Amino acid sequence: MVETERAVLRLDGVGKQFRARWALRDCSLELPPGRVCALVGPNGAGKTTLLTLATGLRRPSSGRIDVLGHDPARTGMPTGASFVAQHKPLYRSFRVVEMLRAAAALNVTGQWDGAYTARLVDQAGIGLQERVRELSAGQRARIALAIALGRRPSLLLLDEPLAELDPLARRQVLGTLLAEAAETGMTVLMSSHVLADLEDACDHLVLLRHGRVRLAGDIDALLDTHRRLSGRARDTLPRTAVVHTSTTARQTTALVRGPGDTPTGFQVDRPSLEDVVLAYLQEAEDAA
Amino acid sequence: MEFRIERRSGVPTYLQIVRQVEQALRLGTLLPGDRLPTAKAVVAQTAVNVNTVLKAYRELERAGLVEPRPGLGTFVLQSLARPESEDDARLRSELEQWMERAARAGMDEEDVDALFADVRDTHYRRGTVRG
Repeated sequence: MVETERAVLRLDGVGKQFRARWALRDCSLELPPGRVCALVGPNGAGKTTLLTLATGLRRPSSGRIDVLGHDPARTGMPTGASFVAQHKPLYRSFRVVEMLRAAAALNVTGQWDGAYTARLVDQAGIGLQERVRELSAGQRARIALAIALGRRPSLLLLDEPLAELDPLARRQVLGTLLAEAAETGMTVLMSSHVLADLEDACDHLVLLRHGRVRLAGDIDALLDTHRRLSGRARDTLPRTAVVHTSTTARQTTALVRGPGDTPTGFQVDRPSLEDVVLAYLQEAEDAA
Repeated sequence: MEFRIERRSGVPTYLQIVRQVEQALRLGTLLPGDRLPTAKAVVAQTAVNVNTVLKAYRELERAGLVEPRPGLGTFVLQSLARPESEDDARLRSELEQWMERAARAGMDEEDVDALFADVRDTHYRRGTVRG
């Protein structure tokens, strides 16, 4: 099924070097359309770099990127894509109505839907005469999202959209985002260093660690292809396909990739997304 | 109706939605002919992925409890509420009297729950939650 879908975002051996340091290295991935994808990894894993390459704000040092059939390194971000940076750049001294007018003026080439943006701002209960600087972080996040959605994107890129928001604002921003994604079928790629924020929201995952893609795919498929084994500490596990093992005084738990026989004495469970992500982060740690 | 998703409960999110609908059908807060909230409305309120909501609704449909009508929404087909019998009313009033005595004896909510669950499990031989 996935094979027949044309990826909205494709990275082919992409690397990005800042002086001596490689922020991204040999990254390849395909994001199929209609997914809500979490881009996760610890701070410094390369999430922001990946997003800025996809928007054409930076050029890759190696490899190729394709966004909706365009190369952002040559032509910039295509009109079908939209991006909100982490600090949610808005003109602080503007009133909301002026900010919306500015957004319309800056988006003349695409299919700007000012009525839609105004409706989202209204749903958020934000008055048009309010000053941007006097709004809460949650309100500013909702304005930035409303403007990004006003481009009617088929691919929406968000860098840490929930950082610095309180739990209520987090749910409102995420709720709006997911409801609009459900209605329009757009693809969303959003980064977070807190998996718990995105666990229930996303159906696709890209996990970065030390600038490399450690794991990528539809979440259901990822959970189906891994098993969580738990047993007594003294029973040994065959090393094949084990992603990560942890042992306490009495118990050994392991995350294993792919099907296989269950070793005697072990219990098998379907892992949670958190089990899988933690195992891959720790695997990378072991190897580093 | 509004759904409450417990992130750390260990119960899969779609199953929480299924159980909350079943509970509403049992209590009679949802009746045959009622419309479930649209997937978009549930997503906006709970911030869970739309596929999770659709999976829950499909599960309810498979159980014969609801029915999607294209372009209109998902509608309740049958109730899970038992008609209240004379037995129910008497048992309820006995339990109310018992609860009053428990409160007078200084038991708090959690004590009552623990005692109730223990007696229930002894009688019904069911130590674990269904599912």
